[in-house]
Amino acid sequence: MMTVSLPEGQTTATRPGILLRLGGALYRHPGLQLALLLALPLLWFMLVYLGSLCTLLAQSVLTFDDFTMSVSRELTLDNYRQLLSPANLDVVLRTLSMATLVSLASAVMAFPLAYYMVRYARGWQKGFFYVAVMLPMWASYIVKVYAWTVLLAKGGIVYWAYQTLGLQGIVDWLMTLPLIGGNSLTTSNLGRFTVFTYIWLPFMILPIQAALERVPANLLQASSDLGASGAQTFRHVILPLAFPGVVAGSIFTFSLTLGDYIIPQLIGPSGLFIGSMVYTMQGSIGNMPLAAAFTVVPVCIIGLYLLGARKLGAFDAL
Amino acid sequence: MQSSLIRLTAVLVSSSLIAPAVLAAPLATLGKPEGKLNIIAWPGYIERGQSDKNYDWVTGFEKSTGCQVSVKTAATSDEMVSLMNSPNYDLVTASGDASLRLIYGKKVQEINPALIPSWNTLDPRVKSGNWFTVAGKPYGVPYQWGANFLMYNSKVFTKAPTSWSVLFEPGNLPDGKPNKGRVQAYDGAIYIADAALYLMHKNPKLGIKDPYELNEAQYAAVLKLLRQQKGLTHRYWHDVTVQMNDFKKEGVAVSSAWGYTINTLQAEKFPVAGTIPQEGATGWADTTMLHAQAQHPVCAYKWMEWSLNKKLQSGLAEWFGSNPVVAEACQTKAPGGSNFCQSNGFDRFAQIRFWRTPVAKCGQGSCVPYSRWTADYIAIMGGR
Repeated sequence: MMTVSLPEGQTTATRPGILLRLGGALYRHPGLQLALLLALPLLWFMLVYLGSLCTLLAQSVLTFDDFTMSVSRELTLDNYRQLLSPANLDVVLRTLSMATLVSLASAVMAFPLAYYMVRYARGWQKGFFYVAVMLPMWASYIVKVYAWTVLLAKGGIVYWAYQTLGLQGIVDWLMTLPLIGGNSLTTSNLGRFTVFTYIWLPFMILPIQAALERVPANLLQASSDLGASGAQTFRHVILPLAFPGVVAGSIFTFSLTLGDYIIPQLIGPSGLFIGSMVYTMQGSIGNMPLAAAFTVVPVCIIGLYLLGARKLGAFDAL
Repeated sequence: MQSSLIRLTAVLVSSSLIAPAVLAAPLATLGKPEGKLNIIAWPGYIERGQSDKNYDWVTGFEKSTGCQVSVKTAATSDEMVSLMNSPNYDLVTASGDASLRLIYGKKVQEINPALIPSWNTLDPRVKSGNWFTVAGKPYGVPYQWGANFLMYNSKVFTKAPTSWSVLFEPGNLPDGKPNKGRVQAYDGAIYIADAALYLMHKNPKLGIKDPYELNEAQYAAVLKLLRQQKGLTHRYWHDVTVQMNDFKKEGVAVSSAWGYTINTLQAEKFPVAGTIPQEGATGWADTTMLHAQAQHPVCAYKWMEWSLNKKLQSGLAEWFGSNPVVAEACQTKAPGGSNFCQSNGFDRFAQIRFWRTPVAKCGQGSCVPYSRWTADYIAIMGGR
C-alpha cells in the first residue's frame, strides 16, 4: 500500500534516471558502446559475406551426377582435380592474363589524366574532369557492352574510322596476329581488351587521383630547387608517393576483370573466362560443385594479390 | 468475411491433403483450375502476341480457362533441367536431350492421356516416342519437333549447299572466297552429334550407327573433325540475336541454325535460306512435361490439351520454324499463310536424328557419356 502511493515527483525522477544510468554505463564501459554500434553491421558481414563464402567452399566438395544433373552429398576432391585439366587451366590463365593486361593498360592511361586533374585543372575544368570520368559509370554496364558489339563489328564505326583515315591495313594486319587477332575486332582478344579497359578505367583514375592529391606541392618545389629535372622528380618523388594509388586502382581493375562474365560472352573469341565458366557450370548445367571450385580460384588469386598490395601500401591510398 | 476465411482454410487443408496423392499416380479427374500456370519454354515457343500480335496462343487459353500463364525462357536444355530443380514450375517444353534426364531424375510425373481429349489426334510417328515414354508410360505430351537447319546466305550460295561439309572442311564457298572465318558452329556440347552425323556418311568405315552413341575410336575421330572446324569458325553461336547480327554485319555466310532464326532474318528481308543437306540433320522433338511437384496440375492439364489444338500447332510451326505433332495442322492456315510443313521438313521425319542424352551404356557396348562431351567441347571451343 505504501509503495503504490509514491509522490509524483519521485516517479518522474526515475525516468531520466534510467537514461542517465544507461549513459553512465556506456561511458564507463567503452567496449559496450562499441559492441552496440558494431553488432548489426558485424552480424550482417558474418552472415552475408563470410556465410556465403563458407557455403561456397562447402559446395565445392560435393559430388555432381552427370546424368541426372543433380548434386549429391558425397564428399569428393574431384572438382579440384578437374580444375587442373589442361582445358580448365586454359580458362584460368586466359582470364588471369587478360586481368593483368587490362590493369597495366588502365594504369598507363589513368596516370597522366589523374596528374592533370590534380596539378593543372582549375575551376570549371576540375568539375568537368570529375564529371567526364564519372559520367560513363552512370550508364548501365550492359548497355555499354552491347553498344561496343555494334561499334566494333565490321561495318561499325571503328572500322569506318580506320577506313576513312586510310588505316584499314593496320587493322587487317593486327587481326592476323596470333593471340590478339581474330576474324574481326568483335571476335578478337584485342576487341575484348579494348572493352574491358574502357569499362574499368574510371576505377583506376579515381584512386590515383586521390593519391596524387596527397603529394605535397612543396616536395615538388624542393625537388626542383635541388636541381632535379622533371623526369627525375617524377621518378623519385611523385611516382613512389602515388604508387599505392596505382596499386589500389589495380585491385579494382584486376578483380573486376577476373570475375566478369558478360564481356567475354559478347565480345572476343569463344574460349571461356572464369566468370563465364562459373556461369555455364552453375546457370546452364547445374554443376554447382565445379562452379564453386572455379570460384575458389579468383578468391585465392585476389587473396594473394591483396597481400602483395598491402605490402606496397595500397590500403593507405583508399 | 468469416465464411470466406473458412473457405480459404478448407481449400488450404484440402490442397495439402491432395498434394501427396498427386505424387503417387497421375490425376484421375480434373478439379477446378487453380488460376495460375508457370511454364519453362524455349524463347519464342509460348507467344502471347507481344512479338507479333498475329502469333498469340496464350490469351485465348487464359480467357477460356482462367489460368494466368507466366513463362520463363531457357536457352539450353541443360538450363531447363537445372531450372526444374525448383518446384515453382508446372510445365517444361523439354527436348529429347533433357526429357530422359528429367524422367530418371524424378523431376517430372507420368501423365494421364485420358484427361487430354486431343491425345488421339497426335501424329502416330511421335505418339509413343521413346524420348518421353518409359516402360509404356507417357511422361508428357509432344509439343513440336524440328530440324537444326543449315542456314546460308543466299547471295553467297546461288544453290542450296547439299552437304554439311561446308561447315567442317576447309574450302571455297561458291563466291570463290574461302570459308575460313565465315562459318559458325553451335556453342553446346550436343553439337558433337552434328559432326558425328557428317562423319557417319563421309567415313562409313568408322561404323557410326547413331550420332548419340559413339565408342572411343569414333569419338576421337569426331573430336578431330571438330578441332579442324575450330580453325574455320568465325565464332560459336550462343545467342540468336548475336548470330543474326553476325550474318548481317560480320559477313558470316553459313552456319547451323534454328528455323526461328531463318524466319526472323527472312522477315527482315535479309537474304538467307535454310536447308536439310543429304546427310540429314540433327533435330529436336519437344515434350510438354509436368513437374513432379506441380502446384497447378489442373491448369497444366488444361494447357496440355490446349497445346494440341490445330490453330496453335500451325501458328507455332510457322512462327518457330518447326513441325506440328498433329498432322491435320499442316492443312490449317497459319497467320503468315506459308507452307510450313513443306519448308520445315514434315515429310523428312526419318532423316532427322533427334537430340538425346548420350549415355555410357549403348547398343555397341560402352559409349562416351555426356559429361565427357561437355568437358571436351569446352576445351575445343577454347582452342585445345
